[in-house]
Amino acid sequence: MAEALKDRSMLLQKEMLASHFARLEQAPETGEPVVYTFVPGNLTELIRSFGALPVLPEINALQSGMRKLSGDYIAEAERSGHSEDVCTYVKCDIGMLRSGNLGPSGTKLPKPDLLLLSYTGCYTFMKWFELLREEYNCPVVFFHVPYQGDGVLEPEQRTYMLRQLREQVIPALERATGRKYDEDTLRHSLGLAAEAEDDLVAVLHAGKRRPSPIDGYFGTVYYVGPMFSAFRGTPEGVEYYRTLRREVEERAAAGLGPITPDGPLNDQRYRLVVEGPPNWTSFRDFWKMFSDEGAVVVASTYAKVGGTYDFGFRHNPADPLGTLADYCSGCYTNLNLPARVDMLARYVREYQADGFLINSVKSCNSFSAGQLLILREVEKRTGMPGAFIESDLVDPRYFSAANIKNRLESYFQMIDARRQGKTA
Amino acid sequence: MTRTELVDWARNHYEDLDFTAARRWLADTPGGKAGGYLPVYTPREVLHASGFLPVGIHGAGDLLETIRGDAFYQSYICHLPRSVIELAQSGRLDLLSAVLFPSTCDVIRNLSGMWKLLYPEIYVRYIDVPQVPDPASALEFWEGELRRLLHDLGEISGRAPSDRDLRGSIALYNEMRQVIRDLYRVRRERPWDLPTEELYLLLRAGEVTPPEEFILQARRYLAAVEADPRRRRDNSRVIVVGAFCEQPPLGLIKSIERSGCYVVDDDFLLGNRFLLRDVPVEGDPVRALARAFVENDLRTAVRYEGDPDGKKRLMGEQVAAASADGIIFATPSFCDPALLDQPMLRGGAEREGIPCISFKYAENTGQFQQYREQAGTFSDSIKLWGGG
Repeated sequence: MAEALKDRSMLLQKEMLASHFARLEQAPETGEPVVYTFVPGNLTELIRSFGALPVLPEINALQSGMRKLSGDYIAEAERSGHSEDVCTYVKCDIGMLRSGNLGPSGTKLPKPDLLLLSYTGCYTFMKWFELLREEYNCPVVFFHVPYQGDGVLEPEQRTYMLRQLREQVIPALERATGRKYDEDTLRHSLGLAAEAEDDLVAVLHAGKRRPSPIDGYFGTVYYVGPMFSAFRGTPEGVEYYRTLRREVEERAAAGLGPITPDGPLNDQRYRLVVEGPPNWTSFRDFWKMFSDEGAVVVASTYAKVGGTYDFGFRHNPADPLGTLADYCSGCYTNLNLPARVDMLARYVREYQADGFLINSVKSCNSFSAGQLLILREVEKRTGMPGAFIESDLVDPRYFSAANIKNRLESYFQMIDARRQGKTA
Repeated sequence: MTRTELVDWARNHYEDLDFTAARRWLADTPGGKAGGYLPVYTPREVLHASGFLPVGIHGAGDLLETIRGDAFYQSYICHLPRSVIELAQSGRLDLLSAVLFPSTCDVIRNLSGMWKLLYPEIYVRYIDVPQVPDPASALEFWEGELRRLLHDLGEISGRAPSDRDLRGSIALYNEMRQVIRDLYRVRRERPWDLPTEELYLLLRAGEVTPPEEFILQARRYLAAVEADPRRRRDNSRVIVVGAFCEQPPLGLIKSIERSGCYVVDDDFLLGNRFLLRDVPVEGDPVRALARAFVENDLRTAVRYEGDPDGKKRLMGEQVAAASADGIIFATPSFCDPALLDQPMLRGGAEREGIPCISFKYAENTGQFQQYREQAGTFSDSIKLWGGG
């Protein structure tokens, strides 16, 4: 396979990540504290305000998947008693740990000084950190983000979160880092986060253009990388999103499509909305199945697991803890199914999609349970055809390229047939 | 009533997927409503005080072919929600005016949203229990959730419950918890007299009948057990772990018992025994109910374990409390809570030298020979080489 083409922003991101992982590797020597937490409901600005470095286990797992390491890690975890039925991110993480804990960039990951269990939209998170606690023998602080079962964050639920932040999370970070809480530092960081969020949203909204200068799924998993991991609220994050926005606006002005690993996608025959996480073990092959057919993803829900900024949320420095609570509560998997259906239907309409597709992953019940009903509801509301494919996050045993390709080809034929029917 | 008659009564309720007892109660109770709840923990006192008959929704087991339900779920999702949807789509749950979905796992959580989409006329509430170890914020949050639930249910039934109503319901469910504790105690002490098959059927009946009726029948059953002692066999004593949500088919429970194992503790229908102590009937009843949950000692996969060594110790403690010889991890396929917990629990058990086996099932599993052989071999090995 030819060398993948990359945007300038991707190269910048690569440097940022390399630098971050180098700092993590050196943390035992430099004394920088390390806090593990999760992407949905991550409190990056707060963690960083204590001078700590965040580690996101899901991101390590997905990168292990992209580097073809996850299969062996999962096998290692299953040999030690983990079920084949459960989340492969967890097993990949456990397997990586037991295989020397070399992170995705090949550098050794430090032990956590604190596991910040932000319980946001995913039951498995709770078990994941109970399991990691056994491996690392380190403190855990639990941050319970109530699920938006009725589609809104109730005032009492917000109060509950604020109380936890003040009385549990901040003291735990103080103990783990040896530093006092500094609200001014946090406010500054939240201001930087909002600045980057503006630029990210401009990038995401570019998917409404024809041709779309972005891929709102495969390309956007790179775009959201710094925001969902260690760089929200940092000067590097601001610089990255400024660069990315400029790059996307230049492409849009020139009427160009996104850069895919196999070249620019300027000839866009199908505009799709996608629900569900991607498969990471065959990510490039998966993307190619779309780009070969001229299919561009204009919007996706997966790009919102770490925050739903495109619907208006911005971190607000004037209300530092309240804004963190609001942020966590609004992450995609913390939304109920009717809200997810609304979001998808809105994307289909506002991004003028030809259809929508669900990639249902075996690992993740938070996403997958209910997706077949989501499919029907979105079809009913938009009148657009939906497609359903199945794979997994990082378990290579559950990616069947031939099946997925066949299904996609049939789907594109169906869209063509509908178009011909409309024009006939 | 004889033991046989009582077990038949319970079996009829267990097999009745039309919820006839609840429908009869609705017909006989002017203004009464039926409120469904899914596993694991729901504060049934709140439903009861608001004029609802609490109705446990535990799927259809192996009693109903699941066709419509399968159309809603991928192959890698557990079976319980399929049969729940099957029951609903076939009209069997049309007696319910409200359905409560506890924070057991993401599948049940998402099912609450599916219910909102499929049955918009029904009151649906996701019951988000506090997970934080800090009792002050947990209490404040849970009390608020309970008050909201009371308010909403009162609006549906037209009967906003007074403190006195709620205290009455708490006292009733305290009585129910007590009789269930008695049943479990007798089985633990004399499992030959109180087979798990019978205990399980009785508890299932308690999920769909008025609590007063269940309490009466359970007391009669205890009396019948005393009047009908049975011969003790040389069986191994085991606890069954992992079956707290999707319930095992009855055939699986029978297979374990007939393979030479006495089940001396289990987590079937765990919501019944979630609160380990009575809820005080003095003072503010909402606060008392909230406090009972927050201060409850039960350790289970659906609650965060704050003690770093808690998971490792748990199996040893449960085995000791039940004077058991070993553990059967019986877990529904694709059950995140049970399967993610299992490596921690089993690691702790093995550290203490407690014999363990594990297998997976689905509520509609139809072949039990493999379970019987596995459990039988396990029992034999305990007899030959000793238990924990």
